[in-house]
Amino acid sequence: MEHIVIIGNGISGVTLARHVRKLSDKRITIVSAEADYFFSRTALMYVYMGHMKFEHTQPYENWFWKKNRIELKKGYVKQVETTTKTLHFAEGDTLQYDKLIIATGSKPNKFGWPGQDLNGVMGMYHKQDLENLEVHAPNNEVCKRAVIVGGGLIGIELAEMLNSRSIPVTFLVREDSFWNGVLPKGESEMINRHIKNHHIDLRLSTNLKAINSDDNGNVKSVIIEETGEELECNVVGLTAGVTPNIDFLKDSDIEIGRGVKVNRFLETNIPDIYAIGDCAEQHEAIGNRRPIEAVWYTGRMMGETLAHTICGNKMEYKPGHWFNSAKFLDIEYQTYGWVFGERGRPEYEQHFHWKHEDDTKCITVAYDKNTHKFLGINTFGIRMRHNVFDQWLTEKRDVDYVMNHLSEANFDPEFYSRFENEILKAYTNQLQPV
Amino acid sequence: MSNKLNHSMSLAKPDALDINNKQKVALAIGVIGLFILALALFNTNFPNKGLFLTLSLGSIIGGIIMYSREAYLTKLEGIKNDGVWFKSISSRGVWGWIVGVILTTFYIVLYFFPKYLGLGTDGAENTGLISLFDSLSQLLSGRNASQWFVYGTLYTVAILAFGYKFILKYRHNRYQQLRTVSVMFFQLGFAFLIPEFMYVMNNDLPYYDLKSIWPLNYYIFDEWSVKGFLSNGNIGLALLIFGILSIFVITPILTYKYGKRWYCSWVCGCGGLAETAGDSFRQLSSKKMSAWKLERWLIHTVLVFSIVMTVAMVYTYLGYDKNDFWLTRGVFISLVIGFLTLVFAAVMFFKRQELGKDAKYGAIGFFIVIALLLIMHFTGTTDHLFYIKAGALRSAYGIYIGSIFSGVIGTGFYPILGNRSWCRFGCPMAAILGFQQRLFSKFRITTNGGQCISCGNCSNSCEMGIDVRHYAQKGENIVRSSCVGCGICSAVCPRGVLKLENDSMKGRINPTEVLLGNDVDLMDLVNQK
Repeated sequence: MEHIVIIGNGISGVTLARHVRKLSDKRITIVSAEADYFFSRTALMYVYMGHMKFEHTQPYENWFWKKNRIELKKGYVKQVETTTKTLHFAEGDTLQYDKLIIATGSKPNKFGWPGQDLNGVMGMYHKQDLENLEVHAPNNEVCKRAVIVGGGLIGIELAEMLNSRSIPVTFLVREDSFWNGVLPKGESEMINRHIKNHHIDLRLSTNLKAINSDDNGNVKSVIIEETGEELECNVVGLTAGVTPNIDFLKDSDIEIGRGVKVNRFLETNIPDIYAIGDCAEQHEAIGNRRPIEAVWYTGRMMGETLAHTICGNKMEYKPGHWFNSAKFLDIEYQTYGWVFGERGRPEYEQHFHWKHEDDTKCITVAYDKNTHKFLGINTFGIRMRHNVFDQWLTEKRDVDYVMNHLSEANFDPEFYSRFENEILKAYTNQLQPV
Repeated sequence: MSNKLNHSMSLAKPDALDINNKQKVALAIGVIGLFILALALFNTNFPNKGLFLTLSLGSIIGGIIMYSREAYLTKLEGIKNDGVWFKSISSRGVWGWIVGVILTTFYIVLYFFPKYLGLGTDGAENTGLISLFDSLSQLLSGRNASQWFVYGTLYTVAILAFGYKFILKYRHNRYQQLRTVSVMFFQLGFAFLIPEFMYVMNNDLPYYDLKSIWPLNYYIFDEWSVKGFLSNGNIGLALLIFGILSIFVITPILTYKYGKRWYCSWVCGCGGLAETAGDSFRQLSSKKMSAWKLERWLIHTVLVFSIVMTVAMVYTYLGYDKNDFWLTRGVFISLVIGFLTLVFAAVMFFKRQELGKDAKYGAIGFFIVIALLLIMHFTGTTDHLFYIKAGALRSAYGIYIGSIFSGVIGTGFYPILGNRSWCRFGCPMAAILGFQQRLFSKFRITTNGGQCISCGNCSNSCEMGIDVRHYAQKGENIVRSSCVGCGICSAVCPRGVLKLENDSMKGRINPTEVLLGNDVDLMDLVNQK
């Protein structure tokens, strides 16, 4: 029986395993050094905040794996020997595979800051990061202040986590407005204000210079690049993005760039070896997507696709229209299609922006200024339907159509206030020649 | 691992989540209110009972209001679940168990030893706790209090005060607010005040909470109850007819349009308490597959028991004599069997495919009921049914289901089993509504394409123990008989994935192999297979 070995029990590897099991009777083994069972890393923050226990982050009960004949192997793969199809573990043992799937995800970026490996410096990605945070920041007595470096999605989640335990947070963001490499100005600025409303000390256009240590190798303070200011703190969160977690492949024959290089069939340069999820790097970017997409659902989709290929129905990875979502403290964010921030915005892309007076809801609609084709929408504080926008993007609707039918896309709970009329009015006024 | 629970006697853990001084004062005020009740329970004879009752209930309500305002109004609007799994009371810690034991004890005394609460028997004056409530009862209906009046008052106070807390907690969510105002209204008006006023108008009428529908209200078709209605002219007859219409006409229509939530989380008193006072315990319900299996067996067994018991009760007091009344035992049993057969046939005809292998269990259940009814009809005598004394069945149901299951376990175990264990495992009304919700209703929880990140907030907060994530992460709508439509899964979802809605029956159940967002050809291929 063909032996499928998956390194990594995140969403990509587990989705693949489940689909291979549905489609075939192959032997499946999932290898992980991080955790015994699959858990949702996006939920780690809720464990620290006390909304859930760790076991609640596990989408499948423990009996699930045995029942579905998915073998789980705890171990750290040190080396992949492609000629003999053998995995060598740090623990000393080995495992033979017929087909190998690399789904090892990411690890937090470190940019060579002095002191970046001190006790109390951590990312927020792995289960071990959560355990580490629980040691260094159990409450505001042990951790008098935390400094977060890097203004992205993980950074703001870490800020929310620490805030839930009343630990003062200083949030260093390199850009001059939160996440404005991705978000248009109006949205980014609204989130700046929301962060400050939560009593988080947001420092824009601010970089980390160094992390200082006390006599025991623990974090004592950080130095700020621009001002030279020294900030006392007990925890430093490094959340300046992630990199594929593929160091163990450096000496193998597998071609790597920043990630494991794959073609559209998710195949690497070595036959019978594939890579999916955060650690896979497309030779060429697909559409406007990045070559490496560290997003939950793309990992899942790659798993869905590759399972078919492995089970004899060769299939290309073809992600549909871009979408994503996140939550910034209390404000939910969804995006469908492409809406660019200042950086990298195509010349033809024009925006319509509407913001509610309460400063917690807004939308930005992107369209082609020449053809009026609808390109995408960002929505904050208002939920919208994925399938409606997916269909409108496929049908290449123009922006007027979208604005006039926006209520069809509303996904807010029943009895919520609706803003479509107000939005449409603002949109119509904007179009009138002055 | 390092974040394993470390229960302490403190109400809040870890230290950073400590309550502030104002909240401590609020707690103290509430405890004083409870302490007055405790003193009364141990036969302290207060000089001015009305004053002390006002003081007690006022302190309890005031304490809860002050505590909630401090907890929620000092923060920005949003989801307020920080530390629920750290706090001892809401994570089966020491405080959880203490509260559970106190509540359970209270229910046991209430149902089985009301004299310890001070109920005066054989015309004697009330003493203790019950006598404290005499003045309020006199004010409302001109009679002294009973243990049920005390219970009803405390129950109403709990729903109103904790309802206020819940409204503040979800002050950004209008669905939650309206639903809570609704249960507060129905409890105060329909369960508490109207029955008292009805008594004032006509004291021969049996107690009737209009919103309490058979089979949840298992005694409405008892002989004393029906006789009570019938001996009271048109108003009594109207109430009895309303009781029958409630379950056979009103309920099916509303459930078809809105799902069972119209009742379970907007109207029902059991649901009302669970959603307000029980809100802090919702995360404790088990999401295991084994719990779901147990639930399905248990709740349907109770349903069968309640139907057979009610039919048997009615059967015993229907005479054989044709001249007495057109509804003889023979006619009655034929009507019941005819109705059940009609329902069964309709379900098998329209929904055989959807039921899958559950159809077999449904059929077995149906034939068991029919067999039981026939056995009863052909072996029953005037005072023996199923070879046991008539009425034994009814009292067994009253004790084991009506009292122990719904009260002692259902509410007493809030801090251990979660706030809906009665609704989930035992309520026969929920079983009927759920059966209809699963098969003939426009209600569903819609999943928003591929946005789910499997975080599990939805499952964690489901009081009915539904593993919501299991569906959401597959892009599948949630159509489950047990869902009471409280909407908390949708509220806590960080990615805007879930929406409760009433829409057409078509496409309500949408099993998908590959989620929205992935290549369209692939989706077509696997989903149409």
